[in-house]
Amino acid sequence: MSSNRIDALSPGTFTLDGEEVEFGPGDTILQAATRAGHYIPHLCWHPDFHPNGSCRLCTVKVNGRSGAACTVHAASGQEVDSNTDELNAQRKTLLQMLFVEGNHFCPSCEKSGNCLLQATAYQMGMEDPHFEEFYPDRPLDASHPDLLLDLNRCILCGLCVRASAEVDRKNVFAMGGHGVKTHLVVNSASGQLADSALKPGDRAANICPVGALLPKRRGFAIPIGQRKYDHKPVSQQVEEGAP
Amino acid sequence: MDRMKPFTYDLQALLDRHQRLPHRLVQILREMQAHSAWLSREDLTLVADALHLPLAQVQGVAEFYHFFHTQPVGQYRVLFSDNITDHLLGSEALLHDLCHRLKVEPGQLRADGRVSVTTTSCTGLCDQGPAALINHHQIITRLTPGRIEHLAALIEKQVPPTHWPAEWSRVDDQIRRADVKLGVQPAPGKGIAAAIARGPQAMLDDIKRSKLRGRGGAGYATGTKWQLCRNAPGHTHYVVCNADEGEPGTFKDRVLLSSYADTVFEGMTIAAWVVGSRQGLMYLRGEYRYLLEPLQAVLQRRREQGLLGHGIQGQTGFDFDIEIHVGAGAYVCGEESALIESLEGKRGTPRIRPPFPVEQGYLGQPTVVNNVETFSAATHIAVHGGAWWAGIGTAQSTGTKIHSVSGDCERPGIYEYPFGTRIGRILEDCGAHNTQAVQVGGPSGVCLSALEFGRRIGFEDVPTAGAFMVFNRTRDLFEVARNFAQFFAHESCGFCTPCRVGTELVVRRMNKLKKGYGSSEDVQVLYELDKLMHGATHCGLGAAACNPLRDTIAKFRPAYERHLTSLHFAPGFDLDAELSQARLATGRDDTGAHLENIP
Repeated sequence: MSSNRIDALSPGTFTLDGEEVEFGPGDTILQAATRAGHYIPHLCWHPDFHPNGSCRLCTVKVNGRSGAACTVHAASGQEVDSNTDELNAQRKTLLQMLFVEGNHFCPSCEKSGNCLLQATAYQMGMEDPHFEEFYPDRPLDASHPDLLLDLNRCILCGLCVRASAEVDRKNVFAMGGHGVKTHLVVNSASGQLADSALKPGDRAANICPVGALLPKRRGFAIPIGQRKYDHKPVSQQVEEGAP
Repeated sequence: MDRMKPFTYDLQALLDRHQRLPHRLVQILREMQAHSAWLSREDLTLVADALHLPLAQVQGVAEFYHFFHTQPVGQYRVLFSDNITDHLLGSEALLHDLCHRLKVEPGQLRADGRVSVTTTSCTGLCDQGPAALINHHQIITRLTPGRIEHLAALIEKQVPPTHWPAEWSRVDDQIRRADVKLGVQPAPGKGIAAAIARGPQAMLDDIKRSKLRGRGGAGYATGTKWQLCRNAPGHTHYVVCNADEGEPGTFKDRVLLSSYADTVFEGMTIAAWVVGSRQGLMYLRGEYRYLLEPLQAVLQRRREQGLLGHGIQGQTGFDFDIEIHVGAGAYVCGEESALIESLEGKRGTPRIRPPFPVEQGYLGQPTVVNNVETFSAATHIAVHGGAWWAGIGTAQSTGTKIHSVSGDCERPGIYEYPFGTRIGRILEDCGAHNTQAVQVGGPSGVCLSALEFGRRIGFEDVPTAGAFMVFNRTRDLFEVARNFAQFFAHESCGFCTPCRVGTELVVRRMNKLKKGYGSSEDVQVLYELDKLMHGATHCGLGAAACNPLRDTIAKFRPAYERHLTSLHFAPGFDLDAELSQARLATGRDDTGAHLENIP
C-alpha cells in the first residue's frame, strides 16, 4: 500500500536522471516530466486522457523499483531513472515486440514520418525486428466513407477507446479478445466502422498514434522527408505537444 | 438479424433477476450460455440493450473469457485439463484417443455440430487426474482408456452428461495430513460469537497479533489489510473471497470449499464484523461450477441459523450476507484487482494501483479481498486467539499451510503442515522416490532441485500459494517448463506489451527447441525475455511468467542443451531439407548436391 500519495497532493520536486523536476497536485511522473519539457518515451499515454499503462515504454526506475511513469504518482524526493542504457534497451525490445506482433510496413504507410511508433523506434536506435515476425491475419475495415481502419497497424494503445468514451461520448471502440489475439472492436450492429457513430471530426478519429485509423483520400499531402518527425526526433518535440 | 437458434428460456426473467445491472454482465452471460451453449451476436445485442451498454463492450467481455463462446460450439464440449500433472498421467494420449474415436480434430467442431474436444488450463483435480470438464459444468476425474471408450460411445448415442456414470464425477478430498485448518472444525457460529464478544477493534487486534499473512501467494498481512479497509472512507464496504484457484497444481481451496465451507464463510463474516461490511462476494472459479449448488445450500442453512442476514446472532446492526459469482475461465482473475473488474462485469484486466482495493475496490468502495484459506484461518483465530496462532509455524510465517501435492508420488492429495516444514519431509510423507525436482507454488512459484530439499516452506524461505508438484528423474524438466510457458501465453490477458507478446515469444522459442532447431542463442533470448518481463509488466502474471524458465535453465541446463542441435549457432531452419526441393527439381543427387559434403 503506497505511503507516497499524500505527498502527491502537495507540490514538490523529484529528480529525473539527476535533474530536478517540479510537480503539481496529483501529477504522475510522466505528467510532471512532460510539463517540464523532459522526454520519457511512451506510446499509449496522451496528456489529454487518463493513463492506460499498457505499452510499458515509459517504464522507469523509481528509487530503484520499476514502474510505469504514466501511472506512478510523483512524490517529493523520488529519484527517477529513465534515460539509462538498461531502460532504453528494454524500450527497444518492447518496440521490437510491437513491430513483430503486427504488420508494420513503414515504406508503404501513409503515417510514415508522422508515426509515433516509428519515431520512437528511431529514437531508441531500433535497427531490426530482432524477433521472428508473427504476420498475424488481421482485418482491414474500409467501410466508412471518410475513415480507414487497418488493424494490421494497431498497437492496442487504447487511445481511440478513451477519446471516444471520454471526449466524444460515443464509445465507438472497445477491446476484444485476449492474450496475443487481443484486438480493437467497433461498436455497431455489424461491427463495421461505417455503421458506427464515428465522424471524421471526432477526437477518436484523430488520435491514433500509428497508421491504424486514417482519413481517406489524403495520401502523401506532405511529402516524405518533410513530416513531423522528419524535422526533429520525437525527444525534441515534447514542448510542442507530441504526439 | 436472423435468429439462428430458438430461445429455450426466459431471457427477460434472467435479466430481471440480475436487475439489469451492468456489473452483473459476466453472470448474465454465464447463465445465458448455460441455456444456449454459445452467445450469438443477437444474444449480445439483446444484453447490451437491456443493460444500456455499448455492444462493443459486451462483445469485448464475451471474447475475454475462455469459457464464453461467440461462435457455434458442439452439443458436447470436452475440455481436457492441460496441467503438467495431467500430462504425467497420460492425458495427451487420452485426448487423441477420444478425438480418434469421435473422428474430430482437437480444437475443431465436428461437422455435424455434435462435439468438440480441446484443452483447458488446470482444473484443480491433479491428485485424481487426468481430468476433463464437460460443457463448462460437469467434471470427470481419473480418466482411463476404458472411460474414454465409454465416453465416446455415450456422446455418439447423445446421452446427456447428467446421465453419465455418477462415479465419473466423484471428487475425493484425499486429505492425507490434517493440522488445525483441516482438523476438528469449530461449530458454526462459534467464531462469530467470539468476534462479537471481543468487538470489532479487539478482533482486529487479535488478527494482527496472530501475524496471519494471506494464503493466496502474495502474503500480505491480513490484519493490516483489514485495518486499511476498516479505516477507508466509503458509504459501504465489501468482503470478497478469492475462490479463483487458478494456479496450476493447486486444489486445496477446492477441498476447503467442498468440506469446510462453513469455516470459510464464517471467516468472511468475521471480516465483515471487523471492517463494517454488509455485503460479501465469493468469486468461484468457473472450473468449480459444480460446487455452486452445495455452497449455496451452506449459505442458505447459515441464513436459517442466524449466521447470515439481519442481526447476526441477535446483534442489532450486524447485517451481512454473501453472494457467489462464478468466473468464466480466466487465470488472471485470481489477481485481486482483475477479480474485482470481473465481479463488476468487465474484462478481467488488472487495474492500475494505487488506489488499492482496500480503498477503492468493488464498485469503487473499500474492499477486502482474501483467499479461501485465509478466511478459514481467521475463523480458527477468532475461536482460539491470535497468540495461539502465532505460536504455530515460524516467526515470520505463523500458522499452517495447506499443500496440494501431485505428480510423481504414491500418495497425492492434501497435506497441512505448520510453516517451517522441510520440503524433504513433505516428499517423504507423500511417498516420492527418486525425485528430480519439485515445483512449489505452481508455475509462478519456484522449481527446487534435489540440492534444495532441505529448504523450508515459509515466507522467509520458500513461499507458496499451495501447489506442490513432484517430478522424478525420468521426467524432462524442459517439457515441464514448456507446459508452463504455454499456460502463461494462454492466460495472458493481452493488456500490456511485454506479457502479451513476451509469453508468445517464449512459447515459440520453446517449441523451436522442442523440434530440435534451437541454438544457445535461443536460450540467451529466453534469458533476455525473462529479465524484461520481470521489470516491465503491468501485473504479477507477466512478471512470474518466466519463473519456471529461469529456474529450469539455471538448475537443469542439460535438459535444455539436450534439445539443441548445437551448443553454438544453429539456423532456425534445416538448410539441407530446403535443398532437397532443389535436388528434386533439378534431378540431382550427386555428392556435391548435399550440404554435408560441401567443405
